[in-house]
Parts: sequence; C-alpha cells; structure tokens
Amino acid sequence: MAIEARNVTKRFGEFVAVDDVSIFVESGSLTALLGPSGSGKSTLLRVIAGLEVADAGDVFISGKEATALAPQKRGVGFVFQHYAPFTHMTVWDNVAFGLSIRRRPKNEIRARVAELLELVQLTGLGGRYPAQLSGGQRQRMALARALAPEPEVLLLDEPFGALDARVRKELREWLLRLHDEMHVTTIFVTHDQEEALELADSIVVMNEGRVEQVAPPRQLYDEPANAFVMSFVGPVNRIGNTWVRPHDVELRLEPNGSTHEAQVERIVRLGFETRVDLVRDDGQQLHAQLTRDEVEVLELARGDIVYVRTKRAKSFA
Amino acid sequence: MVKGAHGGWQHFWQVAWNPESRAALELTLGLAGAIVAINAVSGTALAWTLVRDDFPGKRFVNTLIDLPFALPTIVAGLTLLALYGPTGGVGVDVAYTRWGVLMALMFVTLPFVVRTVQPVLIELDREMEEAAASLGAERLTIFRRVVFPHLLPALLSGVALAFARAVGEFGAVILISGNLPFKTEVASVYVFQRINSGDTSGAAALAVLLLAISLGVLLAIGALRRWATRHDR
Amino acid sequence: MTVSRRTRYGIRVFSLGYLALILVAPVGLIFWRSFDHGWHPFWAAVSNHDAVHALKLTVEVTAIVVPLNTAFGILCALAIVRHRIPGMGLVNAIVDLPMALSPVVVGLSLYLLYARDGWFGSWLLGHGVRILFALPAILLATAFVSLPFVVREVVPVLREIGIEQEEAAATLGSSAFTTFRRVTLPAIRWAVAYGVVLTTARSLGEFGAVSIVSGGIAGRTQTLTQYVQASYENFSLTGAYAASVELAMLAIATLLVMTMLKPRRGGHIGNRGA
Repeated sequence: MAIEARNVTKRFGEFVAVDDVSIFVESGSLTALLGPSGSGKSTLLRVIAGLEVADAGDVFISGKEATALAPQKRGVGFVFQHYAPFTHMTVWDNVAFGLSIRRRPKNEIRARVAELLELVQLTGLGGRYPAQLSGGQRQRMALARALAPEPEVLLLDEPFGALDARVRKELREWLLRLHDEMHVTTIFVTHDQEEALELADSIVVMNEGRVEQVAPPRQLYDEPANAFVMSFVGPVNRIGNTWVRPHDVELRLEPNGSTHEAQVERIVRLGFETRVDLVRDDGQQLHAQLTRDEVEVLELARGDIVYVRTKRAKSFA
Repeated sequence: MVKGAHGGWQHFWQVAWNPESRAALELTLGLAGAIVAINAVSGTALAWTLVRDDFPGKRFVNTLIDLPFALPTIVAGLTLLALYGPTGGVGVDVAYTRWGVLMALMFVTLPFVVRTVQPVLIELDREMEEAAASLGAERLTIFRRVVFPHLLPALLSGVALAFARAVGEFGAVILISGNLPFKTEVASVYVFQRINSGDTSGAAALAVLLLAISLGVLLAIGALRRWATRHDR
Repeated sequence: MTVSRRTRYGIRVFSLGYLALILVAPVGLIFWRSFDHGWHPFWAAVSNHDAVHALKLTVEVTAIVVPLNTAFGILCALAIVRHRIPGMGLVNAIVDLPMALSPVVVGLSLYLLYARDGWFGSWLLGHGVRILFALPAILLATAFVSLPFVVREVVPVLREIGIEQEEAAATLGSSAFTTFRRVTLPAIRWAVAYGVVLTTARSLGEFGAVSIVSGGIAGRTQTLTQYVQASYENFSLTGAYAASVELAMLAIATLLVMTMLKPRRGGHIGNRGA
C-alpha cells in the first residue's frame, strides 16, 4: 500500500502547480503534505487520487502503475475539505454508497455501515441528512464513506480546514486514533504546521510546486533544510543570515560577556507560554518565548532592560 | 437557422425597404419603446409591492405574475379583445387600433421586469439603506443613490427582454390589431402576410432585421450581466 | 427604507390596478362568458370533432416534444457546465436564441428549409418525406421554441452544486453513468421539473411558428391555438372562447405546479426573464 510519485509535473495554463515532484510514502504511514496556499500540495494529492491528470511523471500505488487509471480504479478513499456530501441522500446512504455500487449483499452493507457509523461515533444519525449535521459530524461521515469500500489508501485534502478550532483539535486526535486502529496508508494535506507536527509520521514540506524537505516531525523542526522550512514549521527570529527559535533566546537580568543589551517592548501572555518582544541595542527585533514561571521569576515589565543571548542559531547556504 | 436572402444584397434592400415594411418596422419599434417605458415603471412598482408591501392575497398575486408565461398568446389577445373590444361592454373599443396592440404587448411582457427586479429587491441589504438614513439622507435620496443603482442592471435586463419580446410578438397581436397596413400592422404580422402571399424574399428581408434585433438584445443582456457583476469580481 | 403609508398605498393601488386591468379582468371575462349560461354551451363547443382533434394534436405534440427537450436540455447543461469544449459560448448563445426570437422568424426559417424549393425540402419531398404542413413541421417548430427552458434552469444549479460530489463518487468507484444517475440527476431534479413545466406550457401555447408551418387544416393539422384563431375568424365566438378556456385551464394548472416547484429548484433564483 505504499505510494510513489515520480517526477510529477502539473500545469494549469501558464501556472506550474507541481514542478517535477518525487515522493515516496511508506505503506501504513500517516504522511502530511505541508505548505502555504499555492504550494501545489492539493494538486499533488489530486494527481495521486486521479482527479487530476499529470502533464508528466508517474504515480505508483502498491507498486503498480496507476498513472493512467481513472479514480474509480485506484482504490483510493478521498475526503474533501468541504466534505462533498451527497446532499440528497441520508447519512446511511452516503456511507453505503461505495458498497452499494459494488453490489454487495444487503446484509453485508448493513453490517459494515453500522460498524463504520459506530467507529466515527455517528450511530443513530443514519437517518439524518447531511444538512442536519454539524461540520464535524459531516466530516466524520465523509471519512466513514471513504473508508467503507476498504481503500488501500486514504487521502484527505485539508480535512479540518473548514471547522472551528476546538472541533479541529478533537478531529485531529480522532484521526490519529483511527489510523492507529486501521493502519491504512494515509496522506493528508494541510497548511497548519501544528497539525502536521502533531499527526504525521513523516512530513513533506512543499513550496511553489517543489518539495523543500521530507522528514519526521522532530527532524523537520530541529534540522530544517533551509530557511523556508524553518520559518514555516515554527516561529523564527531572523538575525542577519542566521535564524533562531524564540525558545532559544535566553534572557538574563545581568550581562554576561556574550549577551547583548535589549529592552522589553511588549509582553504577551498566551496561556502557559509567554512571548516577550524585545529590541536589541543594535536595533534588532527579537521574540523570545518563555514559560510563565520564567517570566514571573524575572519579574519582567515593559521597558525593562535585559540581556539576551541566542543558542542553536542556524544559517543556511 | 440560416436565412436565405434571394438575389443578392441590392435586391434584398429593394425588397426590404418598401413603404409597407418600413411602416410595420417603425410601428413595431415605436411600440416596443413604449413597452420599455411602461414596464420600467409598472414592473418596478409591482416588484416593490410584492417585496416590500404586505396585504392579504399577496402570494396569490405573486403567482398571477407568471400567468403571461403560461398562457398561450392567442388566448391572451382574445381575452383583451373580449373585454376592451366592441363586445366588451366597458365603453372602450381598442380593436383595430394601436392602443389595442399596445395593450396586447403590455399583457405578454408584464412578468419580465417584475421577475428580474424582484430577487434583487429581496436580497437588497436593508442595512445599506439604514446606514444612509443615519447619515442624514432623505428617503428620495436613499432611493436614488442607494437602492436604484442596485436595481438598475436588473431593470435593464428586464426591459431588454421585454423589448425583444415586444418586437417579436405575434399571437397576442394578430386578433386585436386587425393587421391594417400602415396603421396597426406590426413587423411579425407583415412577415406572416408575406409568406402567405408567397413572397418569401419579402418576408425573409424583414425577418432578418428582426433576427438582428434579437441577437443584438441577447448580446446586450449578456454584456449587462457582466457589467452588473463587475463589483463581485 | 420605510416609505410613508401614503406612498406605499399609492404604489400598491397602482401596481395592483395595473395587474387587474391588463391581466385579471380580461382572463376573468373569458371564463365568465364561457360559463354564464351554464356548463352545456361550453361542453358542446369543446366536444365538436374539430375541437377535440385540435386538443388531441396539441397534447400529442407536447407529449413528444417535452421528453425530447428534457433529455437534450440535461445533456446540454452538462456539456456547458462540466466540459470545456471549444465553441461552448456559441452553443450557449444558440440555446438562448429562442428566448429572444420572434416565432414568425422561427416559422419562416423552417419554411425556407423545408418548402418545395427550400434547402432540404426538395431532397426530402423527392424521397416522399413530408415535413411542412404536416406533423413533423409542427414538432420541429414547437421543439425549437421550447428548447431553452430545461437548459436554463439546470445550468445554474449544476454550477452551484459544483463538481465535488461527482469527484467523491468517482473516488468511491462509481462509473460515469452511475454517478450521473445517483448523484447528479437527483441533485438537479427540481430544476429539471421546473424546466419541464415551462417547456410544457410553451409547447401547449405555441402559435406563431406553428401558424406558418402547419397549414392549419381543421381536423388534421390544426392545433388548439390555431383552432382559437380559426373559430374567431369564422365568427364562432363561443367556440373560440371555449377553446381559450381549455387552454387557460391548462395554463392555470401549469402555473400552480410552477408555484409549487419554484422554491425547490435550487441554485439561486437568478434571472427569471422568460
């Protein structure tokens, strides 16, 4: 159930959405395609699904060439950002759709749909119409629908993008649990780096149609391949040609040889962590990230003079 | 539907431009112009009443507006003739007059402006008007500068459709007008008479003009739609 | 904006008065005239041989034209919205043409094509195929004038529901035909229904084009609308009024179905011009 894209290129008129991209997705893994809008991640996903035809390159699913296959024949389950529910069918019929067109026996369908509805916690709502469901429920229905015909591969296109923050968090956890149970090779597209870091075994970072880096979350965060990846995957301070994470900016009340003097401009308390905006004596603006306790101990206030030092600064060629 | 003009351009113009056909075309265009003016006012008023006003039977009236779409044109003409003709008993007789033709056209074009303006009025955000009022605008000013500009594209679409319909109308007109050449004979009836007399080139000549007018109106409506949605792009 | 009560009443009186004078009174009078001496004169007038035949012919024509135009309309709408074929703009314009075109122009075009000295006429008549002044011409004329309705109703709905449901069905393994049958068609069914109603009304009421190509022989090639005109011109007022009432009743039934379907047709209410 591994997926491979080899040298895939896709253009829309003059615009090159995907530019000679090659990726390999391990069987059974949960992979994220991460990048800003227009980076080509959704297009790449759709090429893998067969919803778009690549201008160049090949797609392999489970080792077999799928490039020329219609989406019907690829054995992929696809979940859309706006769910694409069959609005005129009940939840039950939506989930049953993939099975009913394969003409499975009625009792088999009934059992499987019931099983799936329970899995996605929509039992009892089978008789409702999608319009009567909340966004989160609709997306769970879409997932159940995609899983019903037992696809080899599950593709999700910004599945939680249209949901509000709390529902998003719940569904994220939920997708993780689902994947742990079912082990279907899954690729999801997102522009939210937190989501990618939280869920994925491996992250493919894309920008302007090209792959910037492929790595597991920890490695991506600690060893970014270039400035783009570093600044996309987490907050950064740019100091000349080096890049420093806010939590690598140390604050002291006393100078210490290697520190610069800086003035506190602003203190923003974001729950458990606090961001301190500083201006160094050479005019460089810095964001530092401290825990609440650290801030309390230092008794920081606006206008204070402190001494800063950075560690783990990265520079790229 | 390709039209044949027999015998080349010169012959075409000779045939097309005889006094009778010219009179028919002038009458047709004149009446269509009057229809535009009448419908602009009555259509907007009807749309206003249906959207902003409330009275018992409003839903019934709303349904009634579509009657000219559903009723055969010949029947429409006959009903007007029955009431406003010699046997009507209401003291008017517009049979064989231009007024009669005009009334027939008013009947068949009634729904157009109403139905294009209505949805715009429904969707019109009352808050815009309220904002204008809070800024000190008088009611007439609010209508003129806030409401009307939004209605204008829909209004123009509606009158364009009404115009095209009025230019081509045949069934509603044929009984009530009496088809007197130079008096009440409209272009569509002229074409019909020419065919009946076997003069297909004469018929084709004027028909081509009518076709050109229809195409022109279609293009105008398309352009209007693009202009109207320019703010949404 | 709130207008004064006086203005509101004024507009109301004006608009409703206009409606009453132009629409309601004339149509009401026909019903009155037909029935003010009871049911019998009306019944006698509509059950004479020619009237019955005219009704049958009109209904027959409608029964053939409507399914054809519905099928064509759905296919055309799919082609326009879902496929970017070059020349679609032209197809779009051609489909809209009957809306703005005078029926006599339509009739004349058919006449020029199929008359004895017409483009196709000579060949067809030589092979024994009679188009003009017979049923085929009536069918062609009626089909052309009622062509746009289903297309115009379905296109905005197709645009609005977007392509995602169909893509979802494809990823679930549904063939193009199954997707059409189980996903697309149900989504557009109210728009199609509304379009069918409009097409039916237009077919029943067609007069101008048919007058030119049909010949109007009573009892043979005369539609009900032509019967109304013929009756009037033969001074048979009762006959004309009675047939008009028949047509008006069909129109009112159409109107009621239209009103029921209107809110359901989906998409946005858009341009309801003709």
